[in-house]
Amino acid sequence: MASETKGNWWIWKVFWILLFITAFEVALGIIKPSFLVDTILLGTKLINHVFIILTIIKAAYIINQFMHLGHEKVTLKWTILLPALILVPYLLFILLNEGLYTYLKI
Amino acid sequence: MDEVLDEALVKDHKPAWKGGDQPYEASYGKLMMWFFLITDTLTFSAFLAAYGFSRFKYPDIWPNPEDVFSHFPFLHGEHPLLFVALMTFILIMSSVTMVLAVNYGHKMQKKKVILWLSLTIVGGAIFLGSQAWEWGHFIHGDKGGINTQTEHVVHIAEGEKLSSVYALMGADGHDGNHHHYTVDQVITSLEANPQYNIRKANRMYLTNEDAITYLRENASEVLLGANLKNNEYGHPLFADYFFFITGFHGFHVFSGVILLIIILINVIKGTYERRGHYEMVEKVGLYWHFVDLVWVFVFTFFYLV
Repeated sequence: MASETKGNWWIWKVFWILLFITAFEVALGIIKPSFLVDTILLGTKLINHVFIILTIIKAAYIINQFMHLGHEKVTLKWTILLPALILVPYLLFILLNEGLYTYLKI
Repeated sequence: MDEVLDEALVKDHKPAWKGGDQPYEASYGKLMMWFFLITDTLTFSAFLAAYGFSRFKYPDIWPNPEDVFSHFPFLHGEHPLLFVALMTFILIMSSVTMVLAVNYGHKMQKKKVILWLSLTIVGGAIFLGSQAWEWGHFIHGDKGGINTQTEHVVHIAEGEKLSSVYALMGADGHDGNHHHYTVDQVITSLEANPQYNIRKANRMYLTNEDAITYLRENASEVLLGANLKNNEYGHPLFADYFFFITGFHGFHVFSGVILLIIILINVIKGTYERRGHYEMVEKVGLYWHFVDLVWVFVFTFFYLV
């Protein structure tokens, strides 16, 4: 068992990062800056891209630090990450693409 | 026959994987938890992708999340996002207490593991309570809506600002009574109160006269609250996804709380102390962080985007 002797400071560091990102997201969601809302990129508002990027950063911190995947063996990391990294974007591509062509004009 | 069985039993009692045989340098149990979490990742991805599909199919009439989730317990007025932000904070906080429990487990400090595990359970319970409040509010409804034959839910407005069916009918939606209105009653009220009008499903505001004409031609029923068949917020699929995705996530949190209670009892009994390691806490911790991870995505795609 890899029982590190390091203290708890890293846990609180990750906590503050996650909290800060969440607070930033909520502030953006309430203020809705017009240049982020009115700019459309790849079929959706720019603000949604910002939300998605921030969410992926949060997810990376949770997986790497809290779930400790960053400290596992390289082979284990890829065994766990690859299926998700291949299948999830594929699923999203198929469904969102089909969603676009079933789009019903009101 | 018995000898064969005995031999098998003896074999089974040996540790299946020892040092050299651990290709991933992780125990069997931890690896299987990870594999389960991968399958669960794909399940939740499918739910959220399906949600995205429906949203891309009905982009003009899909409800704005900030019009739907705009309330905070004990506070009046509109507070979009604040309550879900609090729920997110509670879940992140409970993830932190979970890591602390795992960390003290590595150091074999039983009392600290008990403390932080208990706090994690409290966090999980508060989250579940918040979700129950959120569901209650969602089911009861807030502003009411009027369904049309094409399932385009329209809302009562005052000028260019959303109002509610209750305001139009001069009632209090939260007085505890069961309200029911017909389309004719709403149209009569619109005729009597010309300051009210409607916002169509595609967020276009109509004038009072146009609103009355539109409702006479299209309206099918007045919707108050939400169920699986229809809801006051917008397209029926919106409530279906809400109940299904947050419900499935809530079920995960609930299962997590049960697992945490079981391992807390084991920690108190000293089971892991005798076993020589607190790996079970670590495995349940993985599950608990995963539940937090899923919520991060649900928060983004259901409430923010």
